[in-house]
Amino acid sequence: MKKKKKSLNYAKWGYIFILPFFACYFIFSLIPLVDTIRYSFFEYYRSGIKEIGPNFIGMANYVSLLESDMVKYAGNTMILWVIGFVPQIVIALLLAVWFTDIRMKIHGKQFFKVVMYLPNLIMASAFAMLFFTLFSSNGPINSILMSLGLITERIDFMGSAFGTRALIGLMNFLMWFGNTAIMLMAAIMGVSVDVLEASEIDGCGTVKRFFYIILPLIRPILAYTLITSIIGGLQMFDVPQILTNGQGTPDRTSTTLIMFLNNHLKSKNYGMAGALSVYLFIVSAILCFIVYRITNDNDPDGSKAAARRKKKEERRRNR
Amino acid sequence: MKKRVIAAFLVAMMGMSTLAGCGGEKKAETPAAGSSADAAAAEEGKVINIYSWNDEFRQRVEAVYSEVEKTSDDGTVTTLKDGTEIHWIVNPNQDGVYQQKLDEALLNQANADADSKVDLFLAETDYVNKYTDANADVAIPLTELGIDPETDLADQYSFTKTTASDQNGVQRGSTWQCCPGLLVYRRDIAKDVFGTDDPAAVGEKVKDWDTMKASAEELKAKGYYAFASYADTFRLYGNSIADSWVKPGETVVNVDQKIMDWVTTSKEWLDAGYFDKTVKGQWNDDWNKSMGSKSKVFGFLLPAWGIDFVLAKNWDGDMGAWAVTNPPQEYNWGGSYVLGCQGTDNPAHVKDIIMAVTATKDNLLKISKDYSDFTNTTSGMKEAATDDAFSSEFLGGQNPFEYFAPVAENIKIAPLSAYDQGCVELIQNAFSDYFQGLVDLEKAKTNFETAIKERYPDVTEIKWP
Repeated sequence: MKKKKKSLNYAKWGYIFILPFFACYFIFSLIPLVDTIRYSFFEYYRSGIKEIGPNFIGMANYVSLLESDMVKYAGNTMILWVIGFVPQIVIALLLAVWFTDIRMKIHGKQFFKVVMYLPNLIMASAFAMLFFTLFSSNGPINSILMSLGLITERIDFMGSAFGTRALIGLMNFLMWFGNTAIMLMAAIMGVSVDVLEASEIDGCGTVKRFFYIILPLIRPILAYTLITSIIGGLQMFDVPQILTNGQGTPDRTSTTLIMFLNNHLKSKNYGMAGALSVYLFIVSAILCFIVYRITNDNDPDGSKAAARRKKKEERRRNR
Repeated sequence: MKKRVIAAFLVAMMGMSTLAGCGGEKKAETPAAGSSADAAAAEEGKVINIYSWNDEFRQRVEAVYSEVEKTSDDGTVTTLKDGTEIHWIVNPNQDGVYQQKLDEALLNQANADADSKVDLFLAETDYVNKYTDANADVAIPLTELGIDPETDLADQYSFTKTTASDQNGVQRGSTWQCCPGLLVYRRDIAKDVFGTDDPAAVGEKVKDWDTMKASAEELKAKGYYAFASYADTFRLYGNSIADSWVKPGETVVNVDQKIMDWVTTSKEWLDAGYFDKTVKGQWNDDWNKSMGSKSKVFGFLLPAWGIDFVLAKNWDGDMGAWAVTNPPQEYNWGGSYVLGCQGTDNPAHVKDIIMAVTATKDNLLKISKDYSDFTNTTSGMKEAATDDAFSSEFLGGQNPFEYFAPVAENIKIAPLSAYDQGCVELIQNAFSDYFQGLVDLEKAKTNFETAIKERYPDVTEIKWP
C-alpha cells in the first residue's frame, strides 16, 4: 500500500503551471465575453452624460442591425480582405519557394528575410498615416508622377472607392506578406529533402514539384495562415480607420465591420455593439469550421476522408 | 469529428475574445446618490482637481490668479499660497478622449473621496451644452458659488453667457475667452487682384456673401482660390441656424435651412473653382499646406486662436504677409468654458479661480496682451481696439482687435443642444462626398441619417427643410 502511494505524480504541477493562463483568460476574456453577449440583449447607451439602460429588449438590437447596412459593411470587409490576401499569399508562396530552393543559391537570405518582415514591425496606424500623406492630393506620389510627366493632373487617390480600397489592400499586403512568407518557408523546410530529391530524380519539374509535392505537404500551415488571416481580416480596423479618418469614405465604401462597431462605441452603445460582436462571433465560428473541414478532409495521414474511402472499399469487398 | 468542432469553436472563441477587447469595458458605473459629498463640502479640501485638454487654462491661471505660489516642473501640480494643491488632469481632446475621461470621472463623482473629486473642468463650445444641462446637473449654477452673473459678469459678452446657461437660463459656466472670427487674407494676393491690401478696402470686397462671390470670381480669374475648402465657410452658416439641432426634450434632428444653404453654396462654389478641390475639409495636411507661401488661397475664416496657433504655425513666409478684415458674416468659433463641478469640496477656491480668470477686467486684458486671446470683457476689448499695444507682429503691426471687437458684439450664438458636436462633424463628412461628386444629394442625406443615428442611438428622426 505505502509503496503505491509513494509513486510520484507530477500531473498536478502541470495544472498549477497552467493556472495563471486560465485565470487570466477567465478574468480578462471569458467574463467580458459573456458580458458582451449579455448586454447585446439590452438597451444600454449614453446620451450626453446620462446613462440609458440597461433595459432588457430581447432581440431588438439584432433586428435593427439586420435592418442597417451591416451586410454592406461585411461585404466591404470581405472585399478589402481579399484585395490584400490574394497577392499576399501568392507572393509569399513564391518567395518561400525561391528562398528554400537549394539550387537557386540566393545570397543574403537572412538579410532579405529581415527586410521582408520589417513592414510588419511598423504600427498599422503609423503605416496608414504614412500612406495617407504619401498619396494625398498634394503628396509626394502625385508630385513625383507629375514631374516624371506621367500625369498632367493630380490624381485624387482617396477620392474614389477603387483607389481607397486598393490602398488599404496594398497596405495589408505589404504588412503581412513577409510574415506569411517566413511562416511558409518554415513549412517548406519541414518537407523532407528525400521526397524532393526523389521527385527530382523521377524527372519532376519545378512547377509540378510545387503543385504536387510542396503544396499538399504544407497544407496544415496554409490552413493556419488562412484562418488567422480571415480572423484578422474580419477585425480589420486601424488601417482603413486612419486612412479615411474614421469615415470609411467615399460613401462608406471602406467602412469595415469593426469601424461600424466603433461608431456605436462613440455613444457607448454597448447593447448594439455587443449584438454586432455576437454576429461577428458567429461568422468567425462558421468560417473557421468551413476552413477546418476543407483543409482536413483529404488529409493524407488517414483522417475522415481516408477513413470514409476505406469504409467504402470494405463495403464493396464485402458485397 | 467532435474534436475538430471543438477545436474550431475554440479558435473562434479566441478570435472572439480579441474582438471582445474592441467592444470591451462595459462595467457599469452607477451614479449612486452620495450623501457623504455634502458633508465634505463644509470645509475646503486640500486638493483642487481640474480637468482640461491642454495647458492653456493652467497658463492663464498661473498668470492671473494671485494665490498661485508655484507649479511643479512637469506642470501637473500647482501649489497655492495657503498650501492647497491644484492637480491638473490633462487628456487630449482628439477622438473624444477628454470627454470620455471626464464623463467617467463625473459618473464616479459621488463615490470618489474628497481629494479625488472633480472640482473644476473645462468644456468647449461644441459640447458645453452636454455639461450645462439642468437634468444632468453636473455643473454648479454660478449663483450657488456666490457669483452673480448679473453684476459680477456684467462686462462679459452676452452670447458667452447664453452659451454657458442651461435650458432654464441658469448660468453654469463662464469663459475668459471669446472667439469672434475674422477673415484673414494674404496681402500680396489682395494687391494683385484688388489693387489694394488695405483692410478697410478689402473688407468692402467681402462684406456679405453676394459681394464675396463677386470677389471670388475676380480671384479665380487671376488663378487664386477664395478659400481653401468648403469646410472653411461652415461655421458662418452653422452659427446662424434659427433653431437648435435637437430641441430640448425631443429626439428629432432638425437640419436648418442655413445648413442646406451651405450645402448649395458650397457645391456651387466648389464647381465654380472658388475653393481648392484638393483640400477636403479642415485639419488635414492639405489644409495646412494651403496656408503656406506656395498656396494660391486668398483667405481663411479664423478666430484669434486660429490666427495665432494654426495660421501662424503653417505660414512659412515673412511676417506681415497677412492682414485681417471683417468676415462676410459674424460668427463665433470655439471658446473654452470653465465650469465648477457639482460635489466639489473647494467651492470657495472654485469661485475665486472663475472670478480671477473670467471676470476681472485687468486680468483679462493681461491675458489678451500675453496670449493674444480675445477676452471676455466688452469694455476692455473696446479699449484694446484702439490701443497700439495690442497690435500683432504676425499681421505686420495691424491691431486685430479693431476688427474682432465689432464682430464680437454682433454675434448671435446659435441655439445649442447636446447633439451639436456630432451633427456639425457628421453633416460635413456626409456632404463631403456630395461636393466631390461621388454621391448625389439624396444619398448624402441618407448617409448623414445613418451616421447620426449611429452616433446618437436616441435620435429617432431627421427632418430636412
